[in-house]
Amino acid sequence: MKLLGTLWGSASHFLSGSIRRPRTFISRHAIAPLILLLTLVLVMAGCSGTPSNPELIMASTTSTGDSGLMDALIPIFEEETGYTIKPIYVGSGAAMTMGERGEADVLLVHAPASEVAFMQAGHGTNRKLVMHNDFVFVGPAADPAGIKGTASAVEALKKIAAAGAIFISRGDDSGTHKMELSLWTKASIESEGQTWYQESGQGMGATLTIASEKDAYTLTDRATYLATQENLSLDILVEGDPVLLNIYHVIQINPNKSDKINADGAEAFADFMVSDEAQEIIRTFGVEEFGQPLFFPDAGKTEADLGSV
Amino acid sequence: MDLIAEGIVQAFQLLIHGDPEMVRITLLSLAVSLSATAISLIIGITLGTVIGLTRFAGRRFLVSLINTGMGSPPVVVGLIVSIILWRNGPLGILHLMYTPYAIVIAQCVISLPIITGFTMASIQQIDPKLRLQLVALGASRWQLLWLLVKDTRLPLLAAVMAGFGSIISEVGAAMMVGGNITGQTRVLTTAIVMEVGKGDFGLAVALGIILMALVYLVNLALTIVQQRSKPR
Repeated sequence: MKLLGTLWGSASHFLSGSIRRPRTFISRHAIAPLILLLTLVLVMAGCSGTPSNPELIMASTTSTGDSGLMDALIPIFEEETGYTIKPIYVGSGAAMTMGERGEADVLLVHAPASEVAFMQAGHGTNRKLVMHNDFVFVGPAADPAGIKGTASAVEALKKIAAAGAIFISRGDDSGTHKMELSLWTKASIESEGQTWYQESGQGMGATLTIASEKDAYTLTDRATYLATQENLSLDILVEGDPVLLNIYHVIQINPNKSDKINADGAEAFADFMVSDEAQEIIRTFGVEEFGQPLFFPDAGKTEADLGSV
Repeated sequence: MDLIAEGIVQAFQLLIHGDPEMVRITLLSLAVSLSATAISLIIGITLGTVIGLTRFAGRRFLVSLINTGMGSPPVVVGLIVSIILWRNGPLGILHLMYTPYAIVIAQCVISLPIITGFTMASIQQIDPKLRLQLVALGASRWQLLWLLVKDTRLPLLAAVMAGFGSIISEVGAAMMVGGNITGQTRVLTTAIVMEVGKGDFGLAVALGIILMALVYLVNLALTIVQQRSKPR
């Protein structure tokens, strides 16, 4: 603050300076703010870590950020390994595009079908199952489409479509959006373009808020719903269908893409995510606050073990 | 409405306890936007003075570009700066993406046309006879420039306020090029967007109140400087 004060002092002096000394203005008054600016820039640069390339870009989904899980895991990883993670929370689709372009080192995403295509195209070198939770249909307690208790996700969508009840879609190519689209396909319903079908184009938290305000239905991952439900007037109406499993994988980006990929860091992060320590944090995360876990650790398992395929 | 009351209470709590995260976010917002304003000021006053005082081919076109730039959408600036700063982009070698510098660069691009435009307009509104008189009185080229710029300091301070105001409050570019990373590039506006996404509206309102108070304090300081000097 002292620095900023001085900066402003000099700047104001510079701007309101007297006309008596026109010849000295450059040397006296202009240089001080320049030096201060430079100092400010240097101070902001003064940070470094232990590994040779400590900076690691992790692209993940909004759910791991909005639920707070990564805030619990990242500091531990950084302390143990000396890497500095730059977490970028976007939809799974955008995260995979970042990986494809070599703009991220490691991904934590939840769109298994797209991930398989991503691996087949050679964009990733290693893909490990980290954890799962599940998707649930939420909507107003009044439940105008009468989906409460429906066992099948596809049946629930058919009821929403038949009733013409408002459904808010993420519409952002995220993992949740991809899951929702696959369910519409399974239900053989052309939802796009219907008046009751609206796309928010935003993250899960924002989409839940919109659904709550509009008394609408939406598909959400359980973690984000539990973490934000106190501000929402939405209830869980449909849950438990095996197709609604929400599975998260960590993917290391193929270092052949660009010499700027931090392959060592990506490997360290992937190993950390399936380590006993991280898995234990995932298992207990949120239990205290929400009375139930937000994620279930799955290191070493396959998707077949979970029964989603 | 109860959320606004909750936000005000929470804002005071954050301020009284000096919450370290809040302090860091606030200082970073201030440091980033002040640096960007300062850089824009140096370049913009020079550019605006040159364009304001000279006549050259294509000048009118350039002025129309600057005037359009005064309304450039931050999110588009953010997108273009991102593409340039990505590690596989043209300036990727500088490793600036997702750092505070990236936000400074994007905010400079946003505020530069505003400051250039204001400078240009205020230099041009000076009576051309003053220029002739100063030359007649034997002012050197640099003395002439300095006296002209000094004569426009009131509108220039308005330019600083407009430039600073436009960038401390923008969110699109800061989110895109900064990434809203905890402890590194989270500024007040991106933190507000994040808290809204998390559904923590009380905290979002609290941060909004801190942002508005900050903008007010900076503008108050500038206004004092501006009004202290008597207009001639």
